[in-house]
This record gives sequence, C-alpha cells and structure tokens, in this order.
Amino acid sequence: MELFTQVEQWFGPVWPLVWSLVKIVAIVLPLLLAVAYLTFAERKIIGYIQVRVGPNRVGPKGWLQPIADALKLMTKEIIIPTGSNKFLFLLAPILSIMPALAAWAVIPFDPNLVLANVNASLLYVMAITSMGVYGVIIAGWASNSKYAFLGSLRSAAQIVSYEIAMGFALVGVLMMAHSLNLVDIVRQQQSGWGLVSWNFIPLFPMFMVYLISGVAETNRAPFDVAEGESEIVAGFHVEYSGMAFAVFFLAEYANMILVATMTALMFLGGWLSPIPGIPDGFPWLLGKIAFVLFLFLWFRATFPRYRYDQIMRLGWKVFIPVTLVWLIVIGGWMQTPLWLWK
Amino acid sequence: MSFQTAVFYAFSLILVLAALRVITARNPVHAALFLVLAFVTAAGIWMLLEAEFLAITLVLVYVGAVMVLFLFVVMMLDINLDRLKEGYWDYLVPAGVVAVVMLGEMAAVLVGKQLGAEAMPAPSPKPETYSNTKELGKLIYTEYVYPFEIAAVILLVAIVAAIALTLRRRKDTKYVDPAAQVLVRRSDRLRIVSMPAEVAAPAAPPEKAAP
Repeated sequence: MELFTQVEQWFGPVWPLVWSLVKIVAIVLPLLLAVAYLTFAERKIIGYIQVRVGPNRVGPKGWLQPIADALKLMTKEIIIPTGSNKFLFLLAPILSIMPALAAWAVIPFDPNLVLANVNASLLYVMAITSMGVYGVIIAGWASNSKYAFLGSLRSAAQIVSYEIAMGFALVGVLMMAHSLNLVDIVRQQQSGWGLVSWNFIPLFPMFMVYLISGVAETNRAPFDVAEGESEIVAGFHVEYSGMAFAVFFLAEYANMILVATMTALMFLGGWLSPIPGIPDGFPWLLGKIAFVLFLFLWFRATFPRYRYDQIMRLGWKVFIPVTLVWLIVIGGWMQTPLWLWK
Repeated sequence: MSFQTAVFYAFSLILVLAALRVITARNPVHAALFLVLAFVTAAGIWMLLEAEFLAITLVLVYVGAVMVLFLFVVMMLDINLDRLKEGYWDYLVPAGVVAVVMLGEMAAVLVGKQLGAEAMPAPSPKPETYSNTKELGKLIYTEYVYPFEIAAVILLVAIVAAIALTLRRRKDTKYVDPAAQVLVRRSDRLRIVSMPAEVAAPAAPPEKAAP
C-alpha cells in the first residue's frame, strides 16, 4: 500500500490519467487473450462436434495455436487493392474494433468492479455497439470490390434490422429494473431465491430474441450472409490480409464476448449465484459468459446459413412483434398482484 | 482556461471543420462520413452540458441508424460530379437568402437579451445519483404527454405513408408462405409403398480384368 501511494505521488497531477490507463489495460489485455482462446475453443469444439480433433499440433494439445496464428497474421503483408480508398481502407478495421473495446468501459464484473459506473450504461453500450457497423460498411466500399460491397450492404441492412428487436428486448429489462445502470439491473435480480429471480424467466421471449439477435448482430452463423463464402467469397473483408484482417477477426470475437456478457448481466443474473447459500462473485459471471459463448459455437456447428429474405422476415415479422406483445403483457402483469418478481 | 473549456473548443473546431467538409467534399460518401463525424462531435458537446441522454440518443439514432441507411443509399448511387455543379449559379441567390435568414436567426439567439448567453446559464453540476433519463421521461410522459403522443402519431403516419407510396408489388415475384412451409408433413410429399421382393437378386456379373 505504501508503494502504491509513493507511485501516486511520483506521477503527481497526471495520476488520474495514468490510473485510468492502467485500469483500461487491465480490462483490454484479458479480453484480447480471451478472444485469442475463443478462436481456439471454437475450432476445438466444432471439431469435436464434427468428430474431428481440431488443432493439436502447436504446443501441448494445440494450446499455442492462437499465438502461432497471431504471429503469422502479424508478419503477413497488408495488400491494398488498386483503386481502393487507402485511408478509408485502413480506417475500417479500426472503426470495427473501437466500439467492440470501448463498450467494455461500463461493463460491471462485480458490484464494485466497474471502470465507469454511469447511470445510462445500458444506453451507452447500445449506442457504442451500433457504431460497429461502420467498420463493415466502409470496408466494403473502400475495397473497390463488388463482393466486398455486396457483403457490406447485406450486413448493414441486417444489423440495422436486428438492432430494433434488440432495443425492444432491452426495454423489458428496463421495466424490470427501473434503471439503465447495469449494476442496478443485476442487483434487481437478487432476491435470495437464486436462479428463479433472474430476468430470463419473466422475460423469456425477450431473452430468446436478444440471444438470437446477438448472433445476428455479430454476423455469426447462421446469420453470416455478410461473409457468405459460397456466394460472395468472404464478404466485406475479402480484400483484407494480414493484420488488417486480424483486426476484423478480433472485433468479431470481442463483440461475441460482449453480447454474451450483456446476456449474462441482463437475463442470467450476472455475478449472482444460481443456488441460494453459495456466495455470489465474478466466477459465476465468467461461467455464464462461457455458457452463452458455447451456445454461439454450438449454433455455428448445427444450423445451415439462413437465406437473406428469411433473415429479414425473422427480424421484422417475428422478433419485433414478439417483443412488442411481450412488452404489453409484462406491463399489464406488473400491475396485477400475480406479479411474482419484486 | 479549464479543461472542460479546452475540450469544448476542440470539439467545436472539429464540428465546424467536419460540417464544412460535408458541403465541400467532392465525394458524396466522404461527405456522409464527415456528417457522421459532425454528429459524434455534437454528441460530445452535449455530453459536456451534462445532457447524457440526448447525447447518447443522438449517437444511437443518427449515427447508428439514420446515417447507416444514408450511406447505404449514397454508396449505391452513381453520381456524376460534373452534373452536380451545373445549376450552381442559379441556386446561389435563393441559397444565399436562406443562409442570411439562418445567420440572422442564430445571431438573434446568441446575441439577443432574452435568449443570449447571459439568459441561459450553464447547468449547475448535479449529484451523482441524478438521472437525466428519468427526469426527461417524467416530463415527457406527464407534463408534455399530449404533444409527445401527437408527434409519435405523426411519425407513425409518415412511416405508413412512406411505405405505402413506395411499395410496388411485382407480379412475377415468387413468394413463399413460411407458415405453409412449416405445416408440411411428410405424408403430404412422400408416399412409402410397401413392395414385396418378387425376384431374387441376380448374381453379380463376373469381374472384368482391368484394361
């Protein structure tokens, strides 16, 4: 502790800045490590689902595979296509990773462990993640390639459509918590009864809509028409190579972890323990995030890709009506004595 | 100069430059992207005024949705830059009049006694528990509920009208009905016939030698 105050004095007036940077690094570094090992987990899990072994050559049982991948991508050349807009071409990956990392500023890991405990944190996450689509659109346009452009158009329409259903699903969470603050949203799910007081039971339709929209938002299978290999090669990032491609990859997986974390916080009780009597804590949150991420991988290994008109139909004609109806149901239910949560 | 003032001037500079580039950029996609930058910077300035709900909503609605669709359209247009400049001198006079009127209005707001900077002091810092969103919601749904609902209905009518005006049903488009697809049972499509084997399978032909 003494050392701590000494360091603080040594930095003087810039200490708050330095301390914030230290906290940011403490969030981003484990996140990037998690991203690296999520790619490994994905290849292993899908491998086992398809009765293969997955990567097992680099390091013991393949555990160094993500490091090898990162080294390979870092040393590859970034090819810039002729006729492309160089500035925007290089800006696009940055624009897609920035929101994926910036949203973590308000994510609570514990009742007290949060970088910025702001009142409107839920709105902040929504606003920041809605900016992620620019990376995809600009990548598609700046590449000066028809495949990339088609992919970016598909992705833009899809993300805008599913954001609406996602937003409505969040309104249900707000009605439960009376707050936009993520810490309060988790606290409201605490009742001493464990699992049954979590939001996913009264808000079950919204939980499903949020989870599936989350898969669509992150452009994951079965909603990955933006990169549909069979028709438009790799979609918006077809012209990217080396580190620029890797940054898109990082952004996709960081977004997956973000959506899984938001699902865990809003519907699965965050750091609360499912069984009364067992203490709450960060390991529970980690477990829930891992569970939702496993669902993401499981979906990818199980379902064939949706056709584009089916995606649009699901978003507009199924999810939005479902959430609207459930908003009215839950609003009415809350006014009756039959309301069990609270 | 306090830190906040410095941030305000930095944001204002970016905002003005971005807004200028919106109208001077030759490429319409660049212009749209500068408009996005202008929105984000404006949100930053609102954040300085402690209007966090408005700032975040500006980003969520305009940057996250409206401008995405805008870009979507602008990217697909094949715009001839020379033809855009054609009517420049004809439009200059009416545009100049509009610009002067707008400048006058802004000056009235900024310089005038009733609405000037003195009449609108900076908001006093609120305690940490103060929720901007909650206060705004209370006002909208109690005091201003009728204007708010009327605005909402007008927007709804506009949406319906826009769709009704642009929706054209093509006769040769093939539609599928997902409800009918889901209701299909195996028995509708497939008939399994039981056929007893009557003739014993013939013996395999003798294998030919490889050529």
